[in-house]
Amino acid sequence: MDFISIKNNQCIRFGEIPVLPYADFYSLIDNKLTTAPDAHCVAYYGVPMDGKIRLICCLADDATHLIDVASATVEPTAVLESLTPKHLDLQLFEREIHENFGVGFSGHPWLKPVRYPHNAADRSLKMQDYPFYQIDSEELHEVGVGPIHAGIIEPGHFRFICNGEQILHLEIQLGYQHRGVETLFLQKNNLLQRATLAENIAGDTVIGHSTAFANLWESLCGFEPSRQLQIERAFALENERIAIHTGDLSGICTDIAYQLGNSVFGRLRTPVINYFQRWAGNRFAKGLIRPGKTNFHFTKELAQQWIEMISAYQPDFVEMANQTFDLPSVLSRIERTGIVEPETARKIGMVGMAARASNVSRDVRSSHPWGYYNEIQYQPVTEPVGDVYCRARIRHDEILKSIDLMKQMIDTMDYTAQPSAPLANAAADSFVVSLVEGWRGEICHCAITDAQGNLLYYKIKDPSFHNWLGLALAVRNNEISDFPICNKSFDLSYSGHDL
Amino acid sequence: MFINNLKILFHQGKQFIPDVTTTDVPGVFRGRPVITDAACNEQQLIDLCPTGAISGKPLSIDLGRCTFCGECAIACPEKIRFTKDYKMATNDRNRLIVTGDQPIEVDADKVRAEIHRLFGRSLKLREVSAAGDNSCEWELNATSNVNFDMGRFGIDFVASPRHADGIVVTGPISENMAEALEICYHATPDPKILILAGTDAISGGIFADSPALNRSFLDKYKVDLYVPGNPVHPLAFVNGVLSLVRGKK
Repeated sequence: MDFISIKNNQCIRFGEIPVLPYADFYSLIDNKLTTAPDAHCVAYYGVPMDGKIRLICCLADDATHLIDVASATVEPTAVLESLTPKHLDLQLFEREIHENFGVGFSGHPWLKPVRYPHNAADRSLKMQDYPFYQIDSEELHEVGVGPIHAGIIEPGHFRFICNGEQILHLEIQLGYQHRGVETLFLQKNNLLQRATLAENIAGDTVIGHSTAFANLWESLCGFEPSRQLQIERAFALENERIAIHTGDLSGICTDIAYQLGNSVFGRLRTPVINYFQRWAGNRFAKGLIRPGKTNFHFTKELAQQWIEMISAYQPDFVEMANQTFDLPSVLSRIERTGIVEPETARKIGMVGMAARASNVSRDVRSSHPWGYYNEIQYQPVTEPVGDVYCRARIRHDEILKSIDLMKQMIDTMDYTAQPSAPLANAAADSFVVSLVEGWRGEICHCAITDAQGNLLYYKIKDPSFHNWLGLALAVRNNEISDFPICNKSFDLSYSGHDL
Repeated sequence: MFINNLKILFHQGKQFIPDVTTTDVPGVFRGRPVITDAACNEQQLIDLCPTGAISGKPLSIDLGRCTFCGECAIACPEKIRFTKDYKMATNDRNRLIVTGDQPIEVDADKVRAEIHRLFGRSLKLREVSAAGDNSCEWELNATSNVNFDMGRFGIDFVASPRHADGIVVTGPISENMAEALEICYHATPDPKILILAGTDAISGGIFADSPALNRSFLDKYKVDLYVPGNPVHPLAFVNGVLSLVRGKK
């Protein structure tokens, strides 16, 4: 038996997904990941069904532009052969399945807790007992940071093992942000509540997550969004990218004490997020994306206001960026700092902007396009080295690319409002995968419906889920004083990971 | 390089907001809602609200629960309208329940005596994100940027609770973060203030009935200021804190 291959946002009958014995499931995934260099795992999770666990694995193949899906049914008490020794990018997925359902994976190096969820299989495990990796040595010392950090950021615990000032090993403990989002998706049966949940998964990626949800839900309901509605969503997605990338460049300057860059990039972000407020009444665009409709239709006046805003933004941005990337005192801090080699990035399954900074050209906009991205041949931007410089530089490049993209969108819009029609009920016994390239990278939402069309399971994966390990590896052999800038250069989501 | 820096500085012009208490926000910002006397189908609005912020007889909106999505105003524009008024912070939880068109203010009689005297000219705050989604956190960072520049009032965020006069909580307070929040609160020297920033912190927001939360912290300690918003607007926060520590001008 083989995978079933589906497109991004394609709704299929749940029963069409092949159910294999675990041994065959194992070989199928192993074979695909070994033979298809452009395939990577976008979701691998368990669903409780009739006292057993249905494992569902979705591999996105960037070469065929299809998502390969297969499944296996196992007992919660089963101990399965782990795929991690062969495919490191599956390590966290297997840990998550183990944490949620108790399924064992033999050969997995360490089935550590992922996020201490409220519905964990083993409720006796506590945050404070997290089993950190330790080295017994008189020369080494440990440094613990968090969960509360010096700046105003989300909580997470970082445990460093250092040799003098040098980091030998970093382990990141997450879970503090766990709010039970996936459970709430099932508990709340009203569409507006679910749309609200989607935009609160990660408040810095409102458009990314709410678009993934909207695309998925419309597919389940058999609703065909108008071209204009889809362009508006793509437009918002790119504006979010510009806003956060600009803010992150400001943050990177802060962490190397470059005050001018911090102030200028910081203030340049303001008109971009204020633009969302003009459009939809909220600086983070909460309320903008709704399945089947929009409450804030994009008008010619709004297009004109964006052109004016960006025309003022761009010269100041370029001037500041040129100065920043030309300054020896900046470059000496960010070049060759926090390197993730391309081979490592590929091996651990990194995605999005951080992967592209390590020369891994992975971008849903080109590999699994939806809506407007189907009309264009998007060419991802990459950087060669994978250091902090590359992760800063790629933000600069992507901002300019997004500006061009949005200008093209404005030229091709027809500005007609989506006729409002209530959405049909979600299709029964169905399955959809929705991929969106948010500013961090690939966002994946999966839904399964039951015989009545109610949500049976909802699975969310933020790009941070893949990339936290990248940060832990990037700081090895760096000075501990370079940790903040490495962290900021990734700017991963805690709430998106912890859900 | 020096010339370049001067050019950059020159090109920025003046970015700061001269008066953060009176400035107008651009666009269609959804701030304090206004409820009119117009007739409407109350039950429809109550059922519509994703967080149960709307109650009937008479119709009211609890800004401590409201996500400011604006759907109610779209469904019934004659009855509910969101204004651009960003002054929504108060120390009295009941004042967050909007029934008409009254400004929301800090109740000066309920402000502890030492707050004006000790913190009126200098206030250092420690922020704790307790399962906040990072939008409130971005906005609280923005209060210190060159636009809003809260530091001009002597109000700053500091790195340690030991250096702080108060705690600002964002997020609905997850079970996994409850202990850390409590430790941080106790690490802040007395006298101190406690501020809840954003709908998630005030009521739990869309997460209110999640089994993954533990909000018992709020049963134990007195809240000095509630700042509504999803996320809080920097102007809502700055004005709220100013009216708490300085009183009404």
